[in-house]
Amino acid sequence: MSLLQLSSVTADYDGLLALKGISLHANEREVTALLGANGAGKSTTLNVICGLLPARSGQISFAGEDLTNLRADTVVRRGLTQVPEGRLLFDDLTVRDNLILGAYSRMRRESRQQIEHDIAEVVELFPILGEATERRAGTLSGGEQQMLAIARALMSAPRLLLLDEPSSGLAPRAASEVFAKIKTLCERGTSVLLVEQNVSAALKIADRGYVLEVGQIVLEGTSQELLSNRDVQRAYLGKDYEEV
Amino acid sequence: MSAAPQRIEKGIHWGNLIRVTGWLLLAAAVMSPLLLGEGYRLPGGIGKNYLLTIGIFTGIHAIIAVGLGLLMGYAGQVSLGHAAFYGLGAYTSAILTAKLGVPPVPAMLAGIVLTAVIALLLGTPTLRLHGHYLAMFTLGLGMIAQIVFNQARGLTGGFGGVRNIPYLGIGSWQLDTKPEFYIVVVLALGLTLLMAHNLVNSRTGRALRALHESELAAAICGVDVARGKLQIFVISAVLASVAGSLYAHFMRFVSPGPFGFVFSVDLLIMVVVGGAASVWGPVAGAALFNVLSETLGRIGEQIPWVADLDIVLFGAVLVAVIVFLPRGLVTLAGRRRGGVGEAASRPEIQAEA
Repeated sequence: MSLLQLSSVTADYDGLLALKGISLHANEREVTALLGANGAGKSTTLNVICGLLPARSGQISFAGEDLTNLRADTVVRRGLTQVPEGRLLFDDLTVRDNLILGAYSRMRRESRQQIEHDIAEVVELFPILGEATERRAGTLSGGEQQMLAIARALMSAPRLLLLDEPSSGLAPRAASEVFAKIKTLCERGTSVLLVEQNVSAALKIADRGYVLEVGQIVLEGTSQELLSNRDVQRAYLGKDYEEV
Repeated sequence: MSAAPQRIEKGIHWGNLIRVTGWLLLAAAVMSPLLLGEGYRLPGGIGKNYLLTIGIFTGIHAIIAVGLGLLMGYAGQVSLGHAAFYGLGAYTSAILTAKLGVPPVPAMLAGIVLTAVIALLLGTPTLRLHGHYLAMFTLGLGMIAQIVFNQARGLTGGFGGVRNIPYLGIGSWQLDTKPEFYIVVVLALGLTLLMAHNLVNSRTGRALRALHESELAAAICGVDVARGKLQIFVISAVLASVAGSLYAHFMRFVSPGPFGFVFSVDLLIMVVVGGAASVWGPVAGAALFNVLSETLGRIGEQIPWVADLDIVLFGAVLVAVIVFLPRGLVTLAGRRRGGVGEAASRPEIQAEA
């Protein structure tokens, strides 16, 4: 069933239209990919969902509830957490403090033990972090930082994880590790909306996908359909496609 | 990594030694005006009373500066009108006690409530917006407050101010000597620091620290950014109000002069020079500011043929601090701590480095 649903959502930056009526949905226990070139509106879509940018019109619903233009912190409480592009870690704080801050939205309601338990669980999922809990986030490698960003987001116990360009700036091996983790997360029950420029890698782990161009959805379908689409092959896969 | 734990092990002893020495020196500095003999004169004819007065003003200014430091360092907002909150506290205490006979402590509480309400009204709409709207709003508040202090003669006495403010005290116990008042100011500053320290290390504190690093990252973690900023703004305004009440009972006279725009800027200087985003930085800034302006004023008197020499020297020292310690005086302590492997457990200092 569909967990997140966007209907004709528009958004602008100071009058400059960035989303021209986006309709999409993300299903439970699936990875949904949002693909497209720079400036297509992928990150804008995520920011509108997260309440970081207001929607001018249209509707966003999540698990049957209206989510349109709620405040960012409320959205996190409803169960959607973004892993932003560039990760936006708290560089000067330790890995552990980053994880604790990730659970900020739950601190009032849940016990310390519960949060400690969740930290242990997240660290189990990302063993690299277990060796670095007292290190400053800023001193981690790019791949480790991306893992921490995802781990921090998981600390809010989201039903849907919104990932913005998780592979950007990473060496190919680190990128493929990140993609493997995303797949694992999905199998463990967290649904994922994945924004990526690396189309072939994204479609490898995604169940369904959308292609955005200048603020509009131009294509949608299952990963298989998109991978075999001639336009996608020509525009986004190029030589890459031979390797797929 | 393997050699690191040993080094830290060794370093902690040094760290403790340095820290204990630091605390002792601080305690000695705070106690010294009290212990000085009545007739004794330091070089320049400085006596006990004079030192106590500087100490009291430093303490009062430090209370405001700590609050403003939280606002600037953690909420990333600038207030150009903290002198107005200071004045609100002072005038509320002055008018209620001198004119209406309200006891000092309830009057101080009334000042706190009034200031908190005004800060809430001012902060609620502005702190939801991005950018430095709060600076503009507080600048406006400062101007309005000056006009009210000057013009509402029936209430504030206009230029003539409010006189005959009673001593601070509860019932028959009155703080009618300078050493007593000094001790109360030191205790009030101590409480302020304790409160600020707890705030920075609480759940709210975590949110503040997140805010301090990146508003966007904080929002993504589910922190209500606007609410966090509003909380700090109200707290910092209330601290200024308390300082104002203390001022009123110390001077026993208030007039509009000390609560104008110039003092708002002085407070910003204290915070920036001392170091925002640390609890102790603004205290160091307030101390330097007061000691420097007194000392340079005296030097200026000795050399009267160079006009405004003290102001020029004052500016030079401040510029030097900003150039060499861009994150404030507190970096001196932070560096030393960082050097002994302590920084990792002290995020508020580490955030400076």
